[in-house]
Amino acid sequence: MKQKTIAPWTTWKAALVEDTALAIDIQNVSLWYGDFQALFEVDLQVKRGSITALIGPSGCGKSTLLRAVNRMNERLGDYVRTTGEIHVLDQDILSDDVELSQLRRHVGMVFQRPNPLPLSIQDNVLFAHRIHRADEKFNKLEEDEIVENALRRVLLWDEVKDRLGREATGLSLEEQQKLCIARLLPVKPTVILMDEPTSALDPKATAALEELIWELHGDYTILIVTHNMAQARRASEETAFMLLGRMVEHGVTEQIFLAPQEEGTADYIEGRYG
Amino acid sequence: MLAKRVKRSAPMDLDHRGRAWYIDKAVTFLVFVGGISAIIFIIGIFVFITKEGAGFIVGPLNVREFFASLTWRPTSSQNPSYGVLGLIAGTASVTGLAMVVSVPFSLGAAIFIGEFATGRLRESLKVLVELLAAIPSVVWGFIGLSIMNPLIIDMFDVPVGIGVLNSGIILGLMAAPIMTTIAEDALKAVPDTYREAAEAMGATKWQVIFRVVLPAGKNGLVAAVLLGVGRGFGETMAVLMASGNAIQIPTSPFDSVRAITATIAAELGDAPVGSDHYRALFTLGILLFVVTFIINLTADLVVKGARRA
Ligand SMILES: Nc1ncnc2c1ncn2[C@@H]1O[C@H](COP(=O)(O)OP(=O)(O)O)[C@@H](O)[C@H]1O
Ligand SMILES: [Mg+2]
Repeated sequence: MKQKTIAPWTTWKAALVEDTALAIDIQNVSLWYGDFQALFEVDLQVKRGSITALIGPSGCGKSTLLRAVNRMNERLGDYVRTTGEIHVLDQDILSDDVELSQLRRHVGMVFQRPNPLPLSIQDNVLFAHRIHRADEKFNKLEEDEIVENALRRVLLWDEVKDRLGREATGLSLEEQQKLCIARLLPVKPTVILMDEPTSALDPKATAALEELIWELHGDYTILIVTHNMAQARRASEETAFMLLGRMVEHGVTEQIFLAPQEEGTADYIEGRYG
Repeated sequence: MLAKRVKRSAPMDLDHRGRAWYIDKAVTFLVFVGGISAIIFIIGIFVFITKEGAGFIVGPLNVREFFASLTWRPTSSQNPSYGVLGLIAGTASVTGLAMVVSVPFSLGAAIFIGEFATGRLRESLKVLVELLAAIPSVVWGFIGLSIMNPLIIDMFDVPVGIGVLNSGIILGLMAAPIMTTIAEDALKAVPDTYREAAEAMGATKWQVIFRVVLPAGKNGLVAAVLLGVGRGFGETMAVLMASGNAIQIPTSPFDSVRAITATIAAELGDAPVGSDHYRALFTLGILLFVVTFIINLTADLVVKGARRA
């Protein structure tokens, strides 16, 4: 197998991340599911165009934190209560004035299990675009171009260009997950949240996805949850470590892995939590 | 020591049959008899209807007159005529109007219960729908006669409030609970991950419903409508009471019509057993049976298609 040369942290350039504006600014966020507190005064800053890995043992609140950023936790209704502040590109997204539809246009999400809609490949790619397009005008040429660009960007075009009308649910898991990324691109999101996007994939597909994700950052700010240490280490610039609902440590990936400041972090990356 | 232990163990009579064995055999037998007799009864009913109707089909039946004539005069001694076009028109118009009433109503109710209502409201609504399904059809007929009739007379200023409109609405309301229940099941069968995916892309509640949930649940919804049609098609008592029973092709919603089912119910008691009239009614029964069977089979195939996809 060809050795992938993706995202070696040794070639990471500090200048890339430094001094750029914040894409996500989470301050003092606490979150309750009913009476159960899942997040405790969490802070996290994610720089624009960067790729940040969120790690920590199962149940520590990674998904919860991620879903606070596009307010997907609110699907559960009043049962979920969030306090603190979250800004995306300097806009307060927890404010009551925020239109969830607009927020989620700018903050896309990729889920643990690939979840293409039961539509054709093409309609999947165009789904968000059609929802958000201001005028209702339908332009076949424009749409074709959007589909091709999005699919090319996720390296899927050559594989599916002859079957754009087929059901997306018939694709392989790797292709499905790529499609789930592709469908976010036409509406030009600022941030893409990814919740263990490769955990349903085999090692080869995982490598392909990691390569793609690495290739996307810069244009998009990526916050990715992973339980895979190697993945966090290979494919992120910064890493944030959570434990029991608290943000324990956040820093440059290289540093977190080589010289963690907190004992909890060291224990975790050395596999003492399982 | 060892000998003692061997003696204490249970005797090895392998052909011993305890109570449990007999109970097991008896229950198996009962279930078998029950299942077989259900099938035998259904076949028996079918054979009986076909046999009674066959005498007419091979005998006096004139296919052209049967389907194309409006004259249903089975009791005339000189010149009996067996045209069921008017009856078909009656059933079709009433069932058609019933669908116009109940499809939007039921799909709306299913969407509300399945996609909007939560917790106690949702559970209460589901119970309510099931209660509606349990109202006997004669009660619906009664509602048609005593409530809808004066209401229609008042609202539209017509002399009689019994006819296509009245029985269509009544039948629509009758078909609504089953349609709602099945449609709601179809919506519930749409995986929540689809909704989540669409919402995460910024789809509003209605966009999720129209662009994702309804297309994904389409087969189940079609099946719900078909079963509702089947229900309306085969309904007798309420139609008998609320449709007016004049044999004609209706030209206005206030016209009186006569449905196939109502005709059978009203006339079978008076038709001498074995007479042409009697057999003609059974032929109508076969017609109903075949159409209902086709509707249900289609619904079944549609649902199977949904499962495979
Ligand atoms: N809908 C929910 N209701 C109640 N508790 C929940 C819910 N979702 C998650 N939790 C709890 O919140 C904590 C954090 O969960 P989660 O964010 O999914 O963790 P992670 O993604 O790090 O594995 C866990 O203890 C989990 O049991
Ligand atoms: Mg998780």
